Amino acid sequence: MQLALTEDDQAFREEMRTFFTTEFPEEIRRTVEEGRELTREQIVESQQALNAAGLAVPHWPEEWGGRGWSELKRHIWHEEMQAASVPVPLAFNASMIGPVIAQFGTQEQKEKFLPRTANLDIWWSQGFSEPDAGSDLASLRTTAVLDGDDWIVNGQKTWTTLGQYGDWIFTLVRTDPEVKKQAGISMLLIDMTTPGVEVRPIELIDGGHEVNEVWFTDVRVPGENLVGEVNSGWTQAKFLLGNERVGVAPVGATKRVLARAKELGAATLADDPLLRARVVELENELLALELTALRVAAHSAGAEPHPASSVLKLKGTELQQAVSELVVDLGGPATLASGEGDATLDWYRRSTPTYLNLRKASIYGGSNEIQRQIISRNILGL
Amino acid sequence: MDFTYDDEQTALRDAVRGLVGKAYADYEQRRRATREDPGFDEKLWTQMAEMGLLGLPFSEDDGGVGAGPVEIGIVCRELGRVLAPEPYLSSVVLAGGLVSAVGTPEQRQELLGALSGGESVLAFAHDEPGHRWGAEAHDVTADGSGALTGTKDGVLHGARADVLVVSAVLPEGGTGLFLVAGDALASVERSGYPTYDGGRAARITFDATPATPLGASAADVTASIATVQDITRIMAANEALGAMQTQLGATTEYLKSRKQFGVTLNTFQALTFRAADMYTSLELTHSMVDWATMVVAAGGPAQVADAAARAGLQVSRAGRHVGQEAIQLHGGIAMTAEYNVGTFTAHLTALDHLLGDAGHHLRTLDATLGDHGVIDPLDRTATQ
Ligand SMILES: Cc1cc2nc3c(=O)[nH]c(=O)nc-3n(C[C@H](O)[C@H](O)[C@H](O)COP(=O)(O)OP(=O)(O)OC[C@H]3O[C@@H](n4cnc5c(N)ncnc54)[C@H](O)[C@@H]3O)c2cc1C
Repeated sequence: MQLALTEDDQAFREEMRTFFTTEFPEEIRRTVEEGRELTREQIVESQQALNAAGLAVPHWPEEWGGRGWSELKRHIWHEEMQAASVPVPLAFNASMIGPVIAQFGTQEQKEKFLPRTANLDIWWSQGFSEPDAGSDLASLRTTAVLDGDDWIVNGQKTWTTLGQYGDWIFTLVRTDPEVKKQAGISMLLIDMTTPGVEVRPIELIDGGHEVNEVWFTDVRVPGENLVGEVNSGWTQAKFLLGNERVGVAPVGATKRVLARAKELGAATLADDPLLRARVVELENELLALELTALRVAAHSAGAEPHPASSVLKLKGTELQQAVSELVVDLGGPATLASGEGDATLDWYRRSTPTYLNLRKASIYGGSNEIQRQIISRNILGL
Repeated sequence: MDFTYDDEQTALRDAVRGLVGKAYADYEQRRRATREDPGFDEKLWTQMAEMGLLGLPFSEDDGGVGAGPVEIGIVCRELGRVLAPEPYLSSVVLAGGLVSAVGTPEQRQELLGALSGGESVLAFAHDEPGHRWGAEAHDVTADGSGALTGTKDGVLHGARADVLVVSAVLPEGGTGLFLVAGDALASVERSGYPTYDGGRAARITFDATPATPLGASAADVTASIATVQDITRIMAANEALGAMQTQLGATTEYLKSRKQFGVTLNTFQALTFRAADMYTSLELTHSMVDWATMVVAAGGPAQVADAAARAGLQVSRAGRHVGQEAIQLHGGIAMTAEYNVGTFTAHLTALDHLLGDAGHHLRTLDATLGDHGVIDPLDRTATQ
């Protein structure tokens, strides 16, 4: 047992911190720090700045831009990035489809997609969920039927995050309706400019437009866009969903928001011991979470993730939500005020939409109930 | 950054588990040991001494082994797993820790040598009626000659102890430490009683009792007491972690075997989800306790104080969560003294009130809330 980082890891941490705080575009960091929404251009610029420095996809195979880092280094990279208000690379590209193509794709698919995916020249959307296939994803009904070498896709995906920016969408489609539901699914990559693809916005409770429905009507998809074997899509889906064991809990970003709340709310906190007690509790819970993430990262060698990794998503999202709730309470009436031109008021004014928006965190990515199911079944053997 | 035990530490854990874990593998043995005074198994205590466990924290010059906090934490965790009633925390970690921190070389050799050898049990007489969880003495006073007057209560194993380490207000103010042993000890009024978790404590009344200063002369050692208390908080957290691990294990086994409505209880998601939440509490606590233990090795008094409050807050919350849920998910059986789960909850409750509960630690942490922006858990060396 040893608290200190090795010299090498310590130097690495310094290097990351220096890069993120001195070489990364300042305006983007400001936007994140102040809790304002990033534009599509900013998200692309951000990822391209990271990619140019070799910091967008360090966990990919080295051949495709990976860095061969230890899990601990990846953890440090991820934490320092968030601490510096640098947006993490677009998950759909960096954490989801990139690793899947690198693992299951053909050489042609890798060459065609991976460099552009790392650099966000292609913006990927995730087309998994459907109106009747949420937690029970395998019950999805969007169909793909062979026509010569092509697939003809029909159906509807929903909850497609930032689908309005999407160039391509990776989908799970039903290619065999006769077999057990998991065994009849395939993964198809679809160019969103193909005729028959239609993206319709969904307005969320925070007033924003972050998710969409994506409709497919007789969409013709070349056979070469199938990832892996026909009817093996569930294997790729499980790989994709289970892959994110490091970095699932947004610890660094939540810590940063809490620190900012202390700073902007200092006067209120000074007068209110009950609010201060909540801050102390949250700081402590975040510390326990961060230490658990470190413990998992330091000991996730090999294929088997550390069992404690299963608590990261559950607790990480709970704390992310609890901090957003605290900010609203800290702002009080200031969360209703318009406050143009005043940084503090402006931050508070965005706090309720953020709080409402973050209710999503315990629903997506495997809802927190599904996480409890995983813990009780796979870890406790119940 | 490494959260795993090395080979020697693993061997130590296995050895302690082999000795203490085996002695109390059957819960009935623990009930038997706690039924009669002194409330623990003197033979096992001697075996622990022979294994070198009682001397772990003390330097070789003082008759100890010179091991670090990780090793002490391992022992406490294993004791916690079986609810061993031996006075390791109170006698070795706390009272022994004070002698080690404040005593002269002669006092250390004499007292810690005997403690390490299992020949002598120490107790720290500190808590006073009407006062809560500080490093200072209040109403027990020392006069110019070092004679002590006043009442201590809740002194763990105070009736069995061969030597008392007593805190007292000095004539010029501040808190000093004194030793009471031999004839002087025979003259004080010690009324021992069982605690609700099967432990032992005592109310001790001093009346111009002759005492020897711990250290070269009586001096204000409040800061040393505070640090030893902080280390003890972290070791108590290790003990609590071991207890919670056992409780979760017992609860999951029970859910798999107990049948109602014709099916085992693990069929009911309302129960398995609660077990999952217990697991979450436990794992977060595990990380925090490991970290705090490492801070004792790496940090100075300020870092250790902070880590003790943080681990203390986490353990208090988790101990109540796990302890209460373990009983609820077992149903009526856990209400009985014969079944171990409820007593684990009782012991977690006792540990929670030994050196400060969540509210106490919250107040401590509130006082330093403005000192940092974010918390950096890796930045904890004494030079910071
Ligand atoms: C803002 C947002 C963005 C999203 N982005 C995307 C995206 O980009 N691409 C994509 O494919 N999907 C996306 N999703 C979809 C997301 O993955 C699903 O919402 C999620 O899988 C849950 O499905 P559901 O909403 O249909 O809820 P349901 O599955 O219908 O669940 C309803 C409630 O029941 C609980 N529940 C379900 N099953 C069980 C069970 N077995 N035991 C106990 N409780 C259970 C759930 O936890 C939940 O509380 C997004 C969702 C949101 C809200």
